[in-house]
Amino acid sequence: MSCKRIYGMATRDAYGKTLVELGKENPDIVALDADLSKSTKSAFFAKEFKDRFFNMGIAEANMVSTAAGLAACGKVPFASSFASFLMCKAFDQLRMSVANPHLNVKVVGSHGGISIGEDGASQMAVEDVALACSLPGFVVLVPADEVATKALVRLAAQHVGPVYIRTGRPKAPIVYQAGAHFEIGKANILREGIDITVIANGLLIQEAIEAACICSEKGIDVRVIDMHTVKPVDVNVIVQSAQTTGAIVTAEEHLLSGGLGAAVSQIVAEHYPVPMEFIGLRDTYAESGTYEGLFRKYGLTAGHIVGKIEEALKRK
Amino acid sequence: MKGHFQIKQMDINKLTEMARTIRRDVIEMTTAAGSGHPGGSLSAVDVVTVLYFKVMRHNPKDPGWVDRDRFVLSKGHAAPALYSALARSGYFPPEQLLTLRKMGSPLQGHPEMKRLQGIEASTGSLGQGLSIAAGMALAGKLDKKDYRVYVMIGDGESEEGQIWEAAMSSAYYKLDNLTAIMDYNSQQLDGWIKDIMDIEPVVDKWKGFGWHVIEIDGHNFHQIIKAIDEAMVTQGRPTMIIAKTVKGKGVSFMENNVEFHGMAPTREQMEVALKELVNVL
Repeated sequence: MSCKRIYGMATRDAYGKTLVELGKENPDIVALDADLSKSTKSAFFAKEFKDRFFNMGIAEANMVSTAAGLAACGKVPFASSFASFLMCKAFDQLRMSVANPHLNVKVVGSHGGISIGEDGASQMAVEDVALACSLPGFVVLVPADEVATKALVRLAAQHVGPVYIRTGRPKAPIVYQAGAHFEIGKANILREGIDITVIANGLLIQEAIEAACICSEKGIDVRVIDMHTVKPVDVNVIVQSAQTTGAIVTAEEHLLSGGLGAAVSQIVAEHYPVPMEFIGLRDTYAESGTYEGLFRKYGLTAGHIVGKIEEALKRK
Repeated sequence: MKGHFQIKQMDINKLTEMARTIRRDVIEMTTAAGSGHPGGSLSAVDVVTVLYFKVMRHNPKDPGWVDRDRFVLSKGHAAPALYSALARSGYFPPEQLLTLRKMGSPLQGHPEMKRLQGIEASTGSLGQGLSIAAGMALAGKLDKKDYRVYVMIGDGESEEGQIWEAAMSSAYYKLDNLTAIMDYNSQQLDGWIKDIMDIEPVVDKWKGFGWHVIEIDGHNFHQIIKAIDEAMVTQGRPTMIIAKTVKGKGVSFMENNVEFHGMAPTREQMEVALKELVNVL
């Protein structure tokens, strides 16, 4: 974690590498993809474990229900595609084939958010976290960097029950040192602060850290929390942050409906209401462009977070 | 072709008797519930009876037995037929059948695998069961197990795109341990299939997708058993048994009457139906 941005590997690459490690350890792990294995990086697994990889073609619904059948027979299937197609096209299959019977299926959506850039809105998942969170019993994970991805994919494999993991296309800034501790449902406090708390995940973690660095120069002491598990959300850390810092800003690469901000605000409203501000997409799809350009245009940069911090502080 | 199953007249008589019992259960259950899908349950009964009482390797005392054959009822609205077959097999007491659709009952309106032992998949949102069954068959291949997977889909259900995604992948992965049965009763909720969204030429479609296809009378026990036998010895591809059936089979005023797709009989209708089910068949 650093005020200066240092890029590591993309979270999708970290996913592919970790899946190979897991495949070596557990022969019941199998992988499925819908003709995007080279992009989701399940291709790493396919290369290593030819017999345990099933390319289902461009048919996400069939892939998810097939994964359910495999899980019902004791396999631990990881089914991947672009987050947009996986969650949106196969949502009913996730609902009835997987969530209703609470089967041990791991669903991995790559190319989450608008940072995929040039391919444009049809390929950008901006609602995947909301959809995943709406499925009873699902664990929903949004790792920030390669260390987080490696740890969380491992924890997902150990967890018995359905899990959604969102990975990203671009190289992700390094937030964690190797070996950092992770627990499903337990947020990581990356920076202590007393004036306000920023709760973020995914690529917005680095933006939040840089925002905290800018604020520090202005004399504002910002606490930064990585809410890598959106569901079950870490109630304790949210309530404690509301109590001790008195204001919260959330930041996510997602629509403001049903994502991280919604989850945090529910807890704040229920337990300890304090002023809140939200960073995320406001009822809009994005467009083709560069990752950095899109973050600027759609209000997801460190600078935008600083603005929201100042607004929230005025309301304290 | 060498068959697995000997078919004796005694067996046919027993199956006939069991199918009649299951039909009576379906009528009593849906009447007690005041809702449900008797038409498509009655059309499915004979195939379900053969599966549970002649063909499948299963143990009601050990529902989680890893080597068991699996049956997925993809057309989940025919749940009453499945619940009755499970109860009559010994998975739970038949008295429980009358709790169908009641609060707290494991007998949900459509099957849910986490609520009732013996249910292999949660179905009711049409189109998903064939894919789930394909996943089970794939797992069987991976584990080099010899269990077989059976799945019943509806004719109307075949209008769902996912059915054809699964048709493609099951043939591609050569799932010869997978046998699908289509309950072709020719009617769906809104009317005759041919008037809503025709699925013909359905045999050509499945053949075109690379499946072994067998056409039978879905109320003829000899034909049902022989078809499943043929599926068992078919190698390198899955089998689709197109079972021509009659919606509401066994009850005169329900047969081919689309009203009973999703409507329960009244008490009076139940009495008439139960009398017919003693004397007819």
